[in-house]
Amino acid sequence: MEEVHQAYGDLKVLRGIDLSVAPHEVICLIGASGSGKSTLLKCVNLLEPIESGRIVVDGEEITAEGVDVNRIRRHIGIVFQAFNLFPHMTVLRNITLAPIRVLKKSRDEAVTEAHVLLERFGLEDKADEFPDRLSGGQQQRVAIVRALAMGPDIMLLDEVTSALDPELVAEVLNVIRGLAEAGMTMLIATHEMGFARDIADRVCFLHDGSILEEGPPERIFSEPQHPRTKQFLQRIIDAGRL
Amino acid sequence: MFGGKRGVVIATISTIAFFAIIAVILATAPGARLVQRGFFSPEHLVRAFPSVARGFLINVQMFLLAEVLVLVFALILAVLRSLPGPAFFPIRLVTIAYIDFFRGMPLLLVLFIVAFGLPGLSLAGISGLSQFQYGVISLTLVYSAYVAEVYRAGIESIHESQTAAARSLGLSRGQALRHVVLPQAIRRVIPPLLNDFIGLQKDTALVAAIGLVEGVRRAQAYSTKYFNFAGFVVAAILFVALTIPLARLTDYMIARDQRKRRAGGAF
Repeated sequence: MEEVHQAYGDLKVLRGIDLSVAPHEVICLIGASGSGKSTLLKCVNLLEPIESGRIVVDGEEITAEGVDVNRIRRHIGIVFQAFNLFPHMTVLRNITLAPIRVLKKSRDEAVTEAHVLLERFGLEDKADEFPDRLSGGQQQRVAIVRALAMGPDIMLLDEVTSALDPELVAEVLNVIRGLAEAGMTMLIATHEMGFARDIADRVCFLHDGSILEEGPPERIFSEPQHPRTKQFLQRIIDAGRL
Repeated sequence: MFGGKRGVVIATISTIAFFAIIAVILATAPGARLVQRGFFSPEHLVRAFPSVARGFLINVQMFLLAEVLVLVFALILAVLRSLPGPAFFPIRLVTIAYIDFFRGMPLLLVLFIVAFGLPGLSLAGISGLSQFQYGVISLTLVYSAYVAEVYRAGIESIHESQTAAARSLGLSRGQALRHVVLPQAIRRVIPPLLNDFIGLQKDTALVAAIGLVEGVRRAQAYSTKYFNFAGFVVAAILFVALTIPLARLTDYMIARDQRKRRAGGAF
């Protein structure tokens, strides 16, 4: 990611982001609401067009003109804060829709793979339920499975536990830990500092659309250099969240 | 519904009293006997029934056919109208113009223009059609404009995060619309859509104006032949009898939808 700028009208959201992610690396983006974490993830998934700069994935510039966005997105999974499951479809159909329609897999193949994933994440008995019959934690796990069903190389997680009741957060975080251990490359925007400290290879602190500080979690959390980072972490500590 | 036994008693008494008063007023009107004989004579009602009912079957065929055509055509209009981006501007413009025009046009005028104008064009395919077909065309033209707006409201009521989720999985814009947005949108608009269909059913009577011998026209024929209006009463009963079930179905679906939304919450 080089010099990425993004804006909604006059509102500058990203002001020159430079970030490179190695394969199998887990990066946590921290920072206050409105600092640009979510927008950054949406830009990588091409859900938000960028104003200038470029994003390169696996040697290919995905922000170049004329790139087939649907092809790019197949390799990049994203999970949203609000789950965004399709309420009119069963869990199974939520998961198999894209593999069947986009990857042109046969229904049988897609269903078999979906069951394997559901079992891996302890959801095999929910395959025929509709999303609104599930708890928030289960819905978010289904959303993760839905993204994984496309076989992505990179997963983007956008504050995936922020809409959950506290007692449901752990089940989702454990799923993400499992993914990290399996070597998935991930960019995670999160407010869960303890989780970020445990799981991240690198932590980036975003403020006002730029990365003010980045480094291994031990260093960022125990000896932050930038005064803004210190201030942010102090507030988190004062709130009893770290 | 009435708040207990006492409520039921009060409701019954007031209903009987209400209709009794209306009956007395109507029965004591100076022309009551004349109207009774002219409209409600049992003998004429029975005699007019077969002919009017046979004509009414044409109304039924007409609205069934028009409703299917409207469902398809209106959906196409709604989708065209919601195409994004500057490249589709002319298509959006044409669609909006169409919808504005046909929502403003009285159906009767459309009928006259279609039934008397299209034959004048001497165009193969659209000039030699029957009055029945011109009637269906007119109904479809006008009602598609209304129903397209109903569809559009449904499409716009589906939160854009649903489209974002679909696109993020690699689905194209069209696939997201077809598999994610439209199924939810259509489910949401079924009640208002049925409401428009009630209007369409009634409006098949207007096709009598271009000379199609359907239910109302047959009633008219009966009245000129026997100097008795019982045929109109028969036609009225048939129209109402067919509309009430649809109206109740609409009420039921609205109520069910509200129940579901209250229970569902998140979506």
